[in-house]
This record gives sequence, structure tokens and C-alpha cells, in this order.
Amino acid sequence: MAEKTVPTPPPAQRAGAEPASEGARGDATMEPTHSEEEYTPSAVDIYEDDQGLVVLADLPGMEPGALDVRVDNRVLTIRGRTQHLATGTPVYREYELTGFFRQFQLPEEIDQAGIEADLKQGLLTLRLPRAAPAPSRRIEVRT
Amino acid sequence: MSVYDPFRELERFRRESDRGGGTGAEPAGRHWRLAFLPGRAARQYPLVNLHDDGETFTVEALAPGLDPAHLEVTVVRNTLTIAGEKPGPANVPPERIHRSERAAGRFVRTVELPTELDADRVNAQYKNGLLLVSVPRSESAKPRRVSVQAS
Repeated sequence: MAEKTVPTPPPAQRAGAEPASEGARGDATMEPTHSEEEYTPSAVDIYEDDQGLVVLADLPGMEPGALDVRVDNRVLTIRGRTQHLATGTPVYREYELTGFFRQFQLPEEIDQAGIEADLKQGLLTLRLPRAAPAPSRRIEVRT
Repeated sequence: MSVYDPFRELERFRRESDRGGGTGAEPAGRHWRLAFLPGRAARQYPLVNLHDDGETFTVEALAPGLDPAHLEVTVVRNTLTIAGEKPGPANVPPERIHRSERAAGRFVRTVELPTELDADRVNAQYKNGLLLVSVPRSESAKPRRVSVQAS
């Protein structure tokens, strides 16, 4: 499963951005250096099992309601904003929670309707079942 | 695709050399040997953020996908130790793995805090893949106002 190297905003955002208004707002992109919002690509494990592909993505700090997983035109998008839990004055910082965003190009043999997602303790498990092979059939030749 | 930030790497290197090459949990020099695997080996796991409200230190650790039952949090004097195991995909033959970016395995991280801690009132919570440990300062470490008598 190939990663999409030039990230595109999910369709909801594309629809909301009107090309005519506010000049540059129209060509919204999720490319890291051009993106309007900061995000981190989440680390993933991808492996195959007998049913299809399994994607494990680390999304620490993600509330289940804040996560948006979608498939649009064979592009899988994982996206969501995260928040820190700790309160008090920060005195030492090794990481920052902003949001996660990552996209993958799905192979053709994935059954897009059968994709299941499960988020537990910041770990997203996506199951992408293989589509059943199309049955062989005879094609009528018209004359 | 992650964005390589040389300034962040520099800052990390500066912090690590300030501490003399690493924390008590990892032998010095290990960073050098495994530096070509920065994602899983050279970096300390889990990453922590430290907050302080004057009374209590709150350590927030980035540790998604763990089983809270196997997390060990210990406090001795002024050090907090977080140990546990991050499970990887089980029983997957190597030829079926397409990507492996989430490191897995056992980890230990020791965080040294600036004052003595009250080990009896430590509270640890695991939520949404973040471990939140609040450790109050011990009574003896709190500042005490001394009244000055005029003579």
C-alpha cells in the first residue's frame, strides 16, 4: 500500500474553500510546508493477513470523536486533532500534540465498503478486507 | 513522510550531551551505535512532557497502544520510572509486513525530578494512549517560611 506523497486535504475542506474568496485560500493543501495547520504523520505498521490488510496507527491523545478516517477515490485518509491532558505550567517539553494526518493510496483489490476501524488507547486498527475476485464470465459478442 | 528538522535534532543532541550522553536508564554511547535507526533505537521511549503547578509535578508520556495492566510506574526519592511493554503485531511472518514504523518491545524510562517526591500519593492514569502521572512534592521539599525576629 503506497503512501500518498503529496497530501491533499480531505473533501470536506476542499468543498468549504471557495476559490474566489480571500485569494490564496482556494488552493488549500496539506503539504507540510504549505499547510495551514500543523500536523504529524502518525507512525504505522501495515501487514497482510488472510483476510486482507491490517493498518495499525499510533495516534496518542486522540479522542474517538475527534478522529476522521475516510476513503475517497481509493485514497485512505487518517486525520484528527489531539490535545494534551496535563495541566499546570509546562517546564520541560519533548513533544507537542497538534494533530495527525496521513494518506495512503489503496490497492485496487481492497473492498472499500468492508473497511473497519477501531480506536483503543490511542491505537487505531484498520482492517481492509480483500475484495472477492470477480467471477469469470463469458462475454456476449454482438454482431 | 516525516519532516526532518535539523534544529530539533541539534536541540535534542544538546540536551543529551548536557546530561552526559543519556539518562540512567540507557548506557551512554548507545545513541551513537544505533543512530542509524533514529525512529526506534536512538530516541528514548516514551517521550515525556513535564508540568508543574507548584504542588504537584505532572508527567505526560506519549505511549499509545499499551495494556495499562502491564505498565509499571515507580517512584524512589526524586526519580520516576516508567516501564512496560509495547506489543507489536503478533505472529506475522516477516514477508507479510509492508511497513513497520511503530517500534515494539520492552522499555524503561527514568525521569529525574528536581525535588523529593511523595511516593504515597502518586496517581497514574492511562487515557487515549497518554500516560499521565501526577507526583506531589514531598512535605520536606516544600519551602517553609521562616519568621525573622528582631533582636
